[in-house]
Amino acid sequence: MDLFTQEENILSVSEITNSVKRVLEKSFKGIKIVGEISNFKAHFSGHWYFTLKDANAQISCTMWKGNNTRVRFTPEDGMKIIVSGNISVYPPRGSYQIDVRAMKAAGVGELQAAFERLKQSLSDEGLFDVKNKKAITRLPKKIGIVTAIDSAAFRDMVSVAERRFPLVELIVASSRVQGDGAAENISRNIKLLDKLGNIDTIIVGRGGGSLEDLWAFNEEIVARTIYDAKTPIVSGVGHEIDFTIADFAADLRAPTPTASMELATPNQEDILNYITDFFSNSSTNVNSIITNFKDEIFGITNSYGFKSHDFIINNNMQTLDNYLFRIENGVNQKFLKSKNELSVLSNSIESYNIEKILERGFALVEQNCKKITRAKDFDSSKKTKIKFYDNEIEIE
Amino acid sequence: MAKKEKSFEESLLRLKEISEKLEGSEVGLDDSIKLYEEGVKLAKECYTTLSEAELKIKELKSELEIDSD
Repeated sequence: MDLFTQEENILSVSEITNSVKRVLEKSFKGIKIVGEISNFKAHFSGHWYFTLKDANAQISCTMWKGNNTRVRFTPEDGMKIIVSGNISVYPPRGSYQIDVRAMKAAGVGELQAAFERLKQSLSDEGLFDVKNKKAITRLPKKIGIVTAIDSAAFRDMVSVAERRFPLVELIVASSRVQGDGAAENISRNIKLLDKLGNIDTIIVGRGGGSLEDLWAFNEEIVARTIYDAKTPIVSGVGHEIDFTIADFAADLRAPTPTASMELATPNQEDILNYITDFFSNSSTNVNSIITNFKDEIFGITNSYGFKSHDFIINNNMQTLDNYLFRIENGVNQKFLKSKNELSVLSNSIESYNIEKILERGFALVEQNCKKITRAKDFDSSKKTKIKFYDNEIEIE
Repeated sequence: MAKKEKSFEESLLRLKEISEKLEGSEVGLDDSIKLYEEGVKLAKECYTTLSEAELKIKELKSELEIDSD
């Protein structure tokens, strides 16, 4: 039989290729394929070319620059991934390939491996070197925060700052902390805060989540931005057990967002204690300085040389006594004044402390204008005043 | 010395300096009283500043400055 009798059915190469192209491209849209990467090449144009394979088959893949910038890790040969995209036919070569739109690691193990690889290469490059770590300011005026402003992590940071050091000003650059574009967003916000130039410390963080949730903090772009920043950076990502690349690149790693604010601020209780200590220590010191001078003067006036001369007879002793009296008086007056000021201040420190305790929900019981601090002192027949944080009530 | 408003940090540093001087034995009677008075004043200022402080929070709107790179 002659296969060529029906001449009208002859197609050109282009025609058949284009038919195949139509059929294939229509039938395989939005497909997902799992496989192992081989022959991975990142072309200088920014496009990626690789082969996806399993034990028995392989398929060519391309991933254009616009799509591959959103991939959250650096692909490597042997890595198991899931791609999604469309089949496309390339007529000049008569080949078909996957036009990859998105790519993700095929499991936590693969992500972990990508993490280790990036950690190793950045470490080799010196990004984590201790000698490059900047010291965190002890008394910050402004702290920059890069996190999601509506998150629990942010609220925790605010309450820590409020409790520990309300003198500080928080500048928040609210960021997306997971999902598409999160790493770029975090990185850009760190740069913005760094560029302000008057921020003492930048905190970069987010609350706990899965490895995928925290992934933005494992991306190279974030690590490099942290390393390049001139402002000291504290990282606080996830829980204590979570270590991210950002943690290694930061000047100081905090185990949680809450802890990051604790490390970035001094405790005002310590400062207040220091101030109170100043009063008692320096009073004692000044007292002893005065006593030393007194001893010295009396030592001289009682010395043999002094007594043996006509000094005593000549009223001079009285003059000296007068001077001494005046010096002592002057000193004592100044001293008394400072002491009075101190007791006023101590009272205000005490009432400030009581206010704080009341604010936490405790109450103060008073009878006959006296604080009742023990049950044995309480007389149920008497009028009782209970002072709460907001108001006081009386019970008969 | 310039009569300029000291920052909180400067005040605390000065307070520390005064403490150390008063602990040492080199300082004279007049100076020690002067230092003590200065210290009491600074300590009161620091105390008031800190106990009256209220946390300030400002949001940086990054939208205004993006696409610079």
